Amino acid sequence: MSAPPEGHERRPGELNLRELGRWLWRQLTSMRTALILLLLLALAAVPGSIIPQKGVDALKTSNWQDQHPKLTPIYERLGLFAVYDSPWFSAIYLLLVISLVGCIVPRTWVYARAIRADPPAAPRNLSRLPDHASYDTDEPVDEVLARARVVLRAKGYRVRAPSGAEDDAVSAERGYLREVGNLVFHLSVLVVLVGFAMGGLFGYKGGVILVVGDTFANTLTQYDDFVPGKLFDAADLDPFSFVVDHFQVDWLKSGPRQGMARGFDAQLRYKESPGAAEKSYDLRVNHPLTVGNTEVFLIGHGYAPVVTIRDGEGNIAFRGPTVFLPQDQSFLSFGVIKAPFAKPAQIGLEGLFYPTFINLNGDPVNVMGDLKNPKLSMLVYTGDLGLNDGSPQSVYVLNKAGTQQVKNDKGKPLRLDLSIGDKIKLPNGMGTVSFDDVVRWNRIQISQTPGKRIALGGVVLALIGLLGSLFIRPRRTWVRVRREGGVTLVEVAALDRSGGGDVSVVISNIVSALRGDPQKPGPEEKS
Amino acid sequence: MTDAAWETLSNQAVAACGVMYFLALLAHLVEWSSLRNLPVHAESVSAAEAGSVAVVTGGPVADGPAVRRAEVFGRLGFLLTIIAVSVHAIALVGRGMAADPNRVPWGNMYEFTLSGTFVVALFYVVLHGRFALQWMAPVVVGLVLTLLMVAVIWLYDPVAPLTEALNSYWLVIHVVSAILATGAFTLGGIVSAVYLIKARRPDTTTGLLARVPALPVLDRIAYRIHAFGFPVWTFAVLITGPVWAHQAWSSYWNWDPKEVWAFITWVVYAAYLHARSTAGWKGRNAALLALLGVATLWFNFIGINYFSTTSQHSYASVGEVQDEGSSSVGL
Ligand code: HEM
Repeated sequence: MSAPPEGHERRPGELNLRELGRWLWRQLTSMRTALILLLLLALAAVPGSIIPQKGVDALKTSNWQDQHPKLTPIYERLGLFAVYDSPWFSAIYLLLVISLVGCIVPRTWVYARAIRADPPAAPRNLSRLPDHASYDTDEPVDEVLARARVVLRAKGYRVRAPSGAEDDAVSAERGYLREVGNLVFHLSVLVVLVGFAMGGLFGYKGGVILVVGDTFANTLTQYDDFVPGKLFDAADLDPFSFVVDHFQVDWLKSGPRQGMARGFDAQLRYKESPGAAEKSYDLRVNHPLTVGNTEVFLIGHGYAPVVTIRDGEGNIAFRGPTVFLPQDQSFLSFGVIKAPFAKPAQIGLEGLFYPTFINLNGDPVNVMGDLKNPKLSMLVYTGDLGLNDGSPQSVYVLNKAGTQQVKNDKGKPLRLDLSIGDKIKLPNGMGTVSFDDVVRWNRIQISQTPGKRIALGGVVLALIGLLGSLFIRPRRTWVRVRREGGVTLVEVAALDRSGGGDVSVVISNIVSALRGDPQKPGPEEKS
Repeated sequence: MTDAAWETLSNQAVAACGVMYFLALLAHLVEWSSLRNLPVHAESVSAAEAGSVAVVTGGPVADGPAVRRAEVFGRLGFLLTIIAVSVHAIALVGRGMAADPNRVPWGNMYEFTLSGTFVVALFYVVLHGRFALQWMAPVVVGLVLTLLMVAVIWLYDPVAPLTEALNSYWLVIHVVSAILATGAFTLGGIVSAVYLIKARRPDTTTGLLARVPALPVLDRIAYRIHAFGFPVWTFAVLITGPVWAHQAWSSYWNWDPKEVWAFITWVVYAAYLHARSTAGWKGRNAALLALLGVATLWFNFIGINYFSTTSQHSYASVGEVQDEGSSSVGL
């Protein structure tokens, strides 16, 4: 709708741009809108818990996408694989933030004035209020009024200063801090959002798998995976380095969880910067290392068999530990070993590592994760491993397109079953493979999360505000006293302004205090 | 005592408290059936409307034998419930002592359910006098009994040590607060459900509904229980949860399905609190939101495990206490 042209008579109900804006603003900042936006936010969060999310589990997401070729493009367009970064999710919470600011900021000024104000004068007729009580007494009016002031002050009320116009009543109010609590809560929600956004924009999260004994220096090239925030600057990487000296696992030897790993302990030596003194640290689960702004976490572990491949010419074509990835809780692990420089032909191995191998009726079985009877079982490929065309290749996958599988003399696929110390000769003068040792690796996660203290401070503040907002009961109470028919009539009324309290008990407590009865606090007065 | 003896004790205590809850339920059913046909005094109905707390189960007109029987069975039921809650506590302690090393009794769904039902029952007993909760006895006892049976039949797991990532004092704080809030929200949900039922015939003077407090009283009880639950849930989900996640998994908020649903629950209850002070949403709609809140809460507790497999909170997967079980290189 646009502004009406000159000279055009506006019909009633038609709005000009300014009024429309104001109307929209009022709608947006209304409590009802906030309520609906909150419900929308809850609804919008649901799909992300059912559809796999890229940011949560990239591997699972790509598997899901492979299985659902029809849905994937649609979901992709709707942002359903990254719900919490999607425009529609952002739109809802941005609207909520705007609504929050628009609602809360003006109220702050209102509260600021109200907090200094006197309680309002007593209504004319207290018996019109929903909760009230009255009694007769012989005491003089002034005495009852004075006592009412004392009683109410003692109960934490602010009492209106007596004025000439109103000397037959006492007005009192309490619970001013509730509004403050409510404001603190809502403003803290904004603080939390700021802290949260800082983490997302300026932080990063990276991971690396390190074989025990390897050194890690904190530069981009050393990471296996690295997910920076949009505004992350590589110059912010802290210049530390560390080496995992020793890694130890306790295995449960008995009980229903027998074979389960617990008690992980990686002993590190680290330097905060290249010139700094070396320190040591026990890196454990729930016990990260903090260096500068960066935190280092131990999040996984596994085995790396040390294998030597000699080629047909007797030269060492490959030697060293290779990271195998655990397939299940028993640490049965899968891995590939590549020897692209072997002569006469390249050699690739692919297979399984059994930490505790047994032969169960002819089937190979891995019993547990502890190294009781380590066994390596590999299939052999030869030919072009596809490493020469320069395109990057995963170290965990063997590209078999240009290879053929090596067979044994019976024409079956050749399988190398090796215990530590074993050495097997490959057919056709290809060379030998020996299984020398097993070492461990650790998966280390390294991250910077700026703003985390702001976010935490924000939630804590929000909680404090919330407690005030929920448990402080704002209440107005009036006592009116007058002579009527030779007795003194005392009326007491109270109004709960939060909708959560039961004022009838409050009133009866005040009445008994005024009459000088022994105090019997009602059940609802405790809070 | 040996670990095995503690475990046996715990199992026996679960059975014993189940029996106790069952007897309490029977007692309350007798109580209710003797009251069913008595009209409620008109005066007590109006007192209830004025918001008096003195409404217990309504003042019956006649002081006949039915009334006396109801009173006796009501007290008996409450007494049995108190005993059941005490035995329930023993079952929990036994679970914790049976593990080596000793630990808090919440390593799996069975133990969570045991703890959650305990908190619901405990809250009911504690708040019984304060909010005059006599009227909700059969519902609460029935619910606790049902959930206990579900736990024993479908969720039972032998005692096992916690996985490494669960082995943190943050877990204790996190889970205690989550379970407390769950208990409170469940109780609040029951009150809201009763509110909705009562709202269809608010002025009835006979039958069981007449013995339930008036709508404003129900609304207020529901609000105060939720007002306790919400900050505790905030503490559990938005403070201790992230702090612990940060220590264990390196980022304090992962949008993991459990976290998402905890957040959804939080937002729904925030909406409930708003609804109570929004014209047009008070009363009925607020009560509906409270029910939606409990639904999301229990869905998160049980249902989400069957919908999503990416959760890092995989202690919930049946028969397995491995944490990070989903990730192939998990600890
Ligand atoms: C970020 C989303 C929000 C959350 C989580 C939230 C949460 C809450 C909570 C928990 C309360 C306490 C209710 C009580 O005291 O009974 C509350 C009260 C209130 N909220 Fe919000 N709120 C949000 C956004 C908003 C917005 C956008 C507005 C403005 C339209 C708003 C206006 C209010 C008002 C006016 C109250 C006071 C209600 C009363 O006095 O009882 N809130 N809010």
